[in-house]
Amino acid sequence: MIAGKTTVDDALFVETAEGPALLGSRCTDCAAHTFPRQGGCPRCTGSAMEDVPLSRTGTLWSWTVQGFRPKPPYTGTENYEPYGVGYVELPGQLIVETRLVETDPAKLEIGMAVELVLAPFRDDEFGWPVHTFAFVAVTA
Amino acid sequence: MSGVAIVGIGMHRFGRTEGVSGRAQAVHAAREALRDCGLRFSDMQFGFGGSHSAGDADTLVSELGLTGLPFINVANGCATGGSALIAADAAIRSGQHDVGIVIGFDKHPRGAFNTDPAEHGIGAWYGETGLMVTTQFFGLKIQRYLHEHGIAPGVLATIAEKAFRNGARNPMAWRRKEIDAAEIAAAPMISHPLTQYMYCSPAEGAVALVLCRADKAREYTEHPVFLQGAAFRSRRYGSFEVFSPWTAAERADSPTAEAAAAAFAAAGIAPSEVDVAQIQDTESGAELMHMAETGLCAHGEQEELIASGATAIEGRLPVNTDGGCLANGEPIGASGLRQVHENVLQLRGGAGEHQVPGDPRVGFTHVYGAPGISACTVLTR
Repeated sequence: MIAGKTTVDDALFVETAEGPALLGSRCTDCAAHTFPRQGGCPRCTGSAMEDVPLSRTGTLWSWTVQGFRPKPPYTGTENYEPYGVGYVELPGQLIVETRLVETDPAKLEIGMAVELVLAPFRDDEFGWPVHTFAFVAVTA
Repeated sequence: MSGVAIVGIGMHRFGRTEGVSGRAQAVHAAREALRDCGLRFSDMQFGFGGSHSAGDADTLVSELGLTGLPFINVANGCATGGSALIAADAAIRSGQHDVGIVIGFDKHPRGAFNTDPAEHGIGAWYGETGLMVTTQFFGLKIQRYLHEHGIAPGVLATIAEKAFRNGARNPMAWRRKEIDAAEIAAAPMISHPLTQYMYCSPAEGAVALVLCRADKAREYTEHPVFLQGAAFRSRRYGSFEVFSPWTAAERADSPTAEAAAAAFAAAGIAPSEVDVAQIQDTESGAELMHMAETGLCAHGEQEELIASGATAIEGRLPVNTDGGCLANGEPIGASGLRQVHENVLQLRGGAGEHQVPGDPRVGFTHVYGAPGISACTVLTR
């Protein structure tokens, strides 16, 4: 459980004072970031990584909308489809791939400000929602 | 050090061939390649080959002949064929062997590929939440690319229209019916901005090539084609690649750019000298981006080249003259060698209805695939 919600994988998240955030790694030698956590640095090839919460806000770097129901290993439930997919630039850290809450191409624009939410993507065997991370437009 | 020549080419038609296994298609291609240069499988000193979903290439010897040759399986995703070719190139160039064969083949089920994240070192969550989908990546990459270079999405339909036009002229292609750009643009949206007809489909097919020392080439054929440069690269920190839960904010050249530059450098040939190019068109956006990443044109220049017909068979820079992946489908293990097969045909002047006019002299091939790999070749006659 993260922020009181069932998630696809709690190891992806960390609770912060501002709310749930993605948990990444930061290289203590060259400051490169990764998501999820990993032990080796893909930039300087070292192995001195530390855990770091990633920014909960960023800007949309690219986007698309998933137009068909993927085959397994996808486990999503139909009432949470279609879904948007994007890459979001988290300032000073990295660009993370994510589901997007918005699925209308007319409302998605590269450069728009977005923030992290936990969004349901499937229902479990008892009908309770399981959440993953997603980004949504920042409301003014 | 010896140069390397391609003296025999063989292919099993791409598309769907019910009741014929991928291995049987590979055997057919191998026999065609051997027949093309008048050799027998017992003349082969080595073999390299692979498929993604149709079995181990080294088991083909049970049909082709149990001659004891070293036959090494190659499993490198979309670069399987290209990697097999690079291995063969090294085996001959180093003087280890004089003549051998490379074989790429595949047979995939219908529908988009479904990949297990664990095979890529990614957590199960990535697949479960619907992010392990190759078609998404291509939508995301071209969306960003169009934005960065101020290119209108209309060009994506024009690229697919050309692919089907070329496929209609190629008797070995899968999709041989021309489709109008307007119909392509209006087809169901798969991953915005790419529609159904802008994507290739998983398919079947096989290609084999017989290679030998350049100085022996004319013993086997009247029209050898020389492998002047072949290079493979994986991704660097900062390149944006398929199956990436994240990418770095600082940008780096793609594996395509680096493999192409290395192949051209090895050949001592400039991209501007290319007369015919086969480049990875998993979908139309890939052809657009790869034209520039390979150095065949500048970023942003593609729109004008494509709109003016420069990339058509009769144009200044013919691209994907056999219809590419869009018209031939994508049998992963075979696609890279299909491109080389097509360029050999073109440089021999034997491509028939889809022959590039003006006696092309320099051919270029490029494959790209997961998890951020590229293989390129430069060929001359």
